[in-house]
Amino acid sequence: MATEAATGGLNEYITHHLTHHVISVGSGFNLDSWLVSLLLGLVFVIWFGLKARKATAGVPSKGQAFVEIIVEFVDGQVKDTFHGDRRSVTPLALTIFMWIVFMNAMDLLPLDLPGWLVHTTAGAETAHHTYWRLVPTADLNTTLGISVSVFFILLGHAISAKGGFGFGKELLTAPFHAHGPAAIALAPVNLFMNIVEWLVKPVSLAMRLFGNMYGGELVFMLIAGMLASSVTLVPGIIANAAWAIFHILIVLLQAFIFMILTVVYIAGAREGH
Amino acid sequence: MNINLTFFGQMISFGILVWFTMKFIWPPLNAAIESRQKTIADGLAAAERARQELKDADSRVADEIRKAREEATQIVERANQQYNQIVDKAKADAVAEGARQKAIAQAEIDSLSHQAREVLRQQVAALAVSGAEKILKREIDQARHRDLLDALAKEI
Repeated sequence: MATEAATGGLNEYITHHLTHHVISVGSGFNLDSWLVSLLLGLVFVIWFGLKARKATAGVPSKGQAFVEIIVEFVDGQVKDTFHGDRRSVTPLALTIFMWIVFMNAMDLLPLDLPGWLVHTTAGAETAHHTYWRLVPTADLNTTLGISVSVFFILLGHAISAKGGFGFGKELLTAPFHAHGPAAIALAPVNLFMNIVEWLVKPVSLAMRLFGNMYGGELVFMLIAGMLASSVTLVPGIIANAAWAIFHILIVLLQAFIFMILTVVYIAGAREGH
Repeated sequence: MNINLTFFGQMISFGILVWFTMKFIWPPLNAAIESRQKTIADGLAAAERARQELKDADSRVADEIRKAREEATQIVERANQQYNQIVDKAKADAVAEGARQKAIAQAEIDSLSHQAREVLRQQVAALAVSGAEKILKREIDQARHRDLLDALAKEI
């Protein structure tokens, strides 16, 4: 908030903006991340759902054409990477892409917009106790929530493609093949390698997205600090615009990377070593 | 950035979103896209067929025109031949008729000139006789010199 920035300086400003609005349920619940992401998810499914309901095979409306371009883009990416039944994979990729794009795009909204809204509607006293982070993907809970869900989907794909026994056997015999007693000796090594390989996937997915968005948000906050002084106001505005334009690329790119890696992992999980 | 209950909340949100997309968004959109792709492919194929048919029809038309032109040429040729024949025949007829007329005229001229010559001869003979009479007066006896006078008249 502007008032606190004046009293507390840049340090407090940033600390304030990096604090989640936590409600104390169990281990705590980041209401801001959850609510913003849920609203954005609803925007996505309602928008696409309405277009899908009215979808016509004839000449499409501009809105339908736009939605179809996105769907076909995602489907084309999936088709290039994953050779199999795409009926469940493309919707998954589409959801990941659109949801993460929406959540990442929250970074482009003004940092102090939620604070200002609370301040003007509910007054300064409420605003003092309200924290609101706009970017759900700059919250590790969100990125890990998605990537761990993807991890279970990967497990499901691996088991459905190879069977429970085949998958278990692969965990023990790949990547190092051997025969006889050597195979038994190598089994723990293989199992360890596979566990690492499997766990790395959700962790890297979540960390990459979280790091990019958290870093981007932090840079926006530092630039916002420049705007507090009249000396750095003009360079601050220029830097803010430059970073925002660059951030459009990151917003789309990170969502795309998350989507395409998910598809690559699914394709990998379905084929044997 | 502590991991807390939000993690599970986001997993549930994500699961619901994926389920919704899989159930209500992807199937109708994909069906619409695929059906339109099929329509477009059919349309393109139909256009290709129509183009082929048009090409065939064009070549058939060109064929027909060529044939008709040939026929017309033949007809004109035949007509020309006929025309020539007729003209030739008419010419020949005219020549023959002319010759006939000429022959008739010639014959008439011949007979007329013959008659005229005959008359002239007789008149000359008479004149000669009368001239000779005038010159010889008494010495010529009409009766005695008749054959002589005749021979003279013939010679003129």
